[in-house]
Amino acid sequence: MSAKVQVQTTINNEPVEFLCEPRQSLLECLRDIVGLTGTKEGCGDGNCGSCTVKLGDRIVTSCLVLGVEAAGESITTVEGLAHGSTLHPLQKAFLDHAALQCGICTPGFLIAADALLQKHPHPTEEQTRFWLSNNLCRCTGYDKIIRAVQAAAIEINGAAQ
Amino acid sequence: MSTTYNVIGTRPIRHDGADKVTGRALYGADLQLARMIHGAVLRSPHAHARILRIDTSKAEALPGVFAVVTAADFPPAPADKIVDFGEGDTLLSSLRGNILASGKVLYSGHAVAAVAAVNAHVAAEAAALIEVDYEPLPCVLTAPEAMAPGAPILHENLPNGNVAELIRYEMGDLAAGFAEATVIVERELDTATVHQGYIEPQNATAFWSSDGRIHIWCSTQGSFVARDASAAVLDVPVSQVKVTPMEIGGGFGGKINVYLEPVAAMLSKKAGRPVKLVMSRRDVFTGTGPTPGSRVRVKIGVNDAGKITAAQAWLAYEAGAYPGAMVGPGAMTVFACYDIENVLIEGFDVVVNKPSTSAYRAPGAPNSALATETVLDEIAEKLGIDPLELRLRNAAKEGTRRADGPRYKRIGCIEVLEAMKASPQYNAPLPGPNCGRGVAIGFWFNAGLPSSATLSVNADGTVNLIEGSTDIGGSRTSLSMQAAEVLGLRAEDIHPTIVDTDSVGYTGVTGGSRTTFATGLAVHDAAQMVVEQMKARAARLWAVDEVSFSNGTFSANGQSLTFAQLAAQLGATGGPVSCSATVNPKGVGGSIAGLIIDVKVDPETGKTDVLRVTSVQDAGKAIHPAYVEGQMQGGTAQGIGWALNEEYFMDADGDMRNGSYLDYRMPTALDLPMIETIIVEVPNPGHPFGVRGVGEANIVPPLAAVANALYRATGKRLNRVPMNPATILGL
Ligand code: FES
Ligand code: FES
Repeated sequence: MSAKVQVQTTINNEPVEFLCEPRQSLLECLRDIVGLTGTKEGCGDGNCGSCTVKLGDRIVTSCLVLGVEAAGESITTVEGLAHGSTLHPLQKAFLDHAALQCGICTPGFLIAADALLQKHPHPTEEQTRFWLSNNLCRCTGYDKIIRAVQAAAIEINGAAQ
Repeated sequence: MSTTYNVIGTRPIRHDGADKVTGRALYGADLQLARMIHGAVLRSPHAHARILRIDTSKAEALPGVFAVVTAADFPPAPADKIVDFGEGDTLLSSLRGNILASGKVLYSGHAVAAVAAVNAHVAAEAAALIEVDYEPLPCVLTAPEAMAPGAPILHENLPNGNVAELIRYEMGDLAAGFAEATVIVERELDTATVHQGYIEPQNATAFWSSDGRIHIWCSTQGSFVARDASAAVLDVPVSQVKVTPMEIGGGFGGKINVYLEPVAAMLSKKAGRPVKLVMSRRDVFTGTGPTPGSRVRVKIGVNDAGKITAAQAWLAYEAGAYPGAMVGPGAMTVFACYDIENVLIEGFDVVVNKPSTSAYRAPGAPNSALATETVLDEIAEKLGIDPLELRLRNAAKEGTRRADGPRYKRIGCIEVLEAMKASPQYNAPLPGPNCGRGVAIGFWFNAGLPSSATLSVNADGTVNLIEGSTDIGGSRTSLSMQAAEVLGLRAEDIHPTIVDTDSVGYTGVTGGSRTTFATGLAVHDAAQMVVEQMKARAARLWAVDEVSFSNGTFSANGQSLTFAQLAAQLGATGGPVSCSATVNPKGVGGSIAGLIIDVKVDPETGKTDVLRVTSVQDAGKAIHPAYVEGQMQGGTAQGIGWALNEEYFMDADGDMRNGSYLDYRMPTALDLPMIETIIVEVPNPGHPFGVRGVGEANIVPPLAAVANALYRATGKRLNRVPMNPATILGL
C-alpha cells in the first residue's frame, strides 16, 4: 500500500479535506472516503457517464480523474444540486416526467444536463441528445429524459425567443 | 368495461423519487459497514480447460489479505438437487459450478477463486497472485457447432452430447396443413449473444455472524430467490440467511441469478468481517448471464385467403456453460400471436463455452419472433396484402389454443393490431429514398408467483405499505396506487417500504412483468381487509350492523366519517388496524405488443438511422401510464440495440473481445428518436383492476420489425442479427 496524500478541495460549496492513495480515482474518493455515494459507478472506464461530476467549470467522468487532481478545485455532485430541501428544476422535471426507472444513471444525467443548460439555455432536441450521448441509460429509451431536460430549460430560462 | 377510478390511471410522483434524484437512495455498492473489507474474483482466461492445480498461498501471504476461497471451500452439491429460481428451476450443481468452477472451467470469465482484503486494490493484486494451472481443451461457441458430431463435450453426464433438453410441441396435421397452402415461405435466422446491459454492476455484501446467521445486502430482482439460492449453495437452512434488498440499478432478468452472494458469505465466514464484492463492467459482460445466441428456422404456409394453414419451427438456443437456455419460452411463443391449426415446434437447449445465460426481458421470445414475423412479412408481400392485415386474419383470440397447450382467455392481439393500423405513424408517408417501414408483433406470458404485503393504518389517516418486491421502475408507486384506490385515499397517502426477507411474507422475483399484477393483488386484498376492519370499527362507534364504504367515506344511517377521521379513532375502538395478504395468483394475463419502425439506410456505409418508432402494447390496465410508457420505450430501445448493433465478439478461443461499453455499444440518446407509445387496455379478467403486466412483451417485436424495415429500405432479407453495417452490406 502506498503512502496517502492529503487533498484539500471544495465539494458542493463546502471545504473538504481527505486522505487518499495516489492511485485512487476521484469517484472512489467521493464514494468511499468522503461518503458521497450519490455519484455512481457503471463501468469504471469512462463509457457510461454515471459517475459524471462537475470539476471546476467542466464536466468529467470522475472514474477517469484521480482523487489528487481535485486539490484546489471545486466539485459539484448530485448531492449539491438541490437548494436545501428545494429540488433543482432539473430534479423536479425528472420526477414530473418519469425520466428515471431504476435511477442508477440519474445522478450523471442531472449533472450533465445542468452543464448543458448553462451552455445552451434553450437546447434543441438534437443538441440535447448530442450532449447527453456520453450518458448511458438502459431503462428509459431516453425519451422521457430528453423531455424532462427540455421542460427544465423552459422552467429555468423561460420559453425560447 | 368502463370502470372509473380515482387514482389508477393518474400519474403521481413516485414515492422514491426525491431520494433517487438527490443521490440519497442507497444501491448495493453504496453500502458502508464498520470493519467492512473488499473482495475481488479471479476469472478463467480459457473458454474450456481442466483445472489441474490452484495455489493460493502467495495471495494469502500478501499483507492486507484476510481470506481466499475456491470451490473447495463450499459444500458439495448433490447431483440432482433443484433450486427454485422463481421464474424457473436450476440444478444446484449448475448454480454452484457457475459461482466458482471446480474440475473444469467452461467459459472465459468463469469464476475460479475470490479474495477479501483491506481494500479492492489489494484484493485485485492478491487475486492476480493466485496460481492456476490449466489444461486447455477445445471449445465450442455456437449451437449448430455444439450439436455437430465430434464437437467438444462440456458435460460428460448429459445424455445427448451438448443438447441438454429437447422440446417438442405438436398440434393438428402438419403435412395436410402445408398441402392446403398456396404460398409457403421458409427462412433460417441467427441471432448473436447479447447482454441485458443494466448500468449497475452486480454487487453483494455479506456478514456471516458468529451465531451462524448470514446477512446479505445486494442488488437483486428477488430477495427471497437470492436467500434461497445462497442458502442452497452454502448448504444452510433458509432461515439462517437474511437478504436485505438494496436499490437496484436495472436487471431486465439478469439479476435473478446469484453470482457473488454465496462467495461474499464464504469470504466473510473465513475473515470474520463483512465482505463487499462489486463486479467490474468486464466481469458483468464475461461472468454474468447474457441472453442466448440462437438459430431459428420457421416455415409457414398460407392459403389464398391469407389464412395460415400450417407452421413449423426449429429452434436451437445457446444455453452457455450450463443447461437452461430460454428455448422453452422461445418455442412456446414462436407462433403465440396466431390462431393456427397445424403446428410442429422443436427446440434444442444446447450448452456452449460461453457465459451461462440468464433471463433477459421476455427471454427467448425475441429470437423466435424474429423468424416468424419476417416470414409473415415475406408472405404478405407475396400475397400483395398489408402486413398488418395478414396478421389480423390470423390473430389469436379468446379460445385460441397454443401449440404448447393452453387456451387463451381474453387476449388483446386484434386490439393491438387495430391500434397499429390506426396509429399516426402507420398512416404517415415515408420521408424519401432508402427509407423503409417495418412492423411486427410479439407475445409474452407474464408471470404469477407468490407475493405478500402488509398495510398498517396510521392515526393521521395515511397507510404504511410493507412489501418485498424490489422496485426497478416505479413499482412502489404502482402498488401504492392500488392500495389508495381501494382505500379511497391519494397515492401520496400510502407510504411504501421494501423490507428484508425476515420482515415480510415470501415474495417472488421482480420479473416476468409480475410485480404490479401479483404484488398488486396482495396489496389489493390487504386493502380490502383494512376496509372490512374499519367498517367494523365504524359499526361499533355508531352501534349499527351495516356500514357502507365508498370514495374514502364510511357511512351508515346518515352518519359518516372519512377514512382519516375514522383512522384517528382506531385507538378508542379496539386498537390499530394492520392487515396482511399473501397471494399465489392464477389469473395471469398474457400481453401482446407491436412495433412500427421507420429507418433510413445509407447505401454507401450501411449505417441505419432510426427515423420514427411507435410501440403499442396491451397493458390490461395501465396503473401509472407514465411508467407503462417507460417500460414500452425501454424495451423498444433495448430491442433496437439488439437488432442493429449489440453483439458479443468472441475470438476462436472463446474470449470476448468487446467487453466494455466502448466496444459493446448500446444505444445512446443520439441513436434514437422519441419513442411514441400507444397503450391498449384489454382488461385481464384475472386481476381486480385488469392488470396484465408490461415489462417484457415490448422487446419481442423490435428485431423483426427492424428486419422488415431494412428489407423495405434495401431490398435485402437479412438472416443475421445484429443487422449492422457489415451484415447490411454483405461484408
Ligand atoms: S463509471 Fe465513470 S464513466 Fe462509467
Ligand atoms: S433509469 Fe435505469 S439506467 Fe437509466
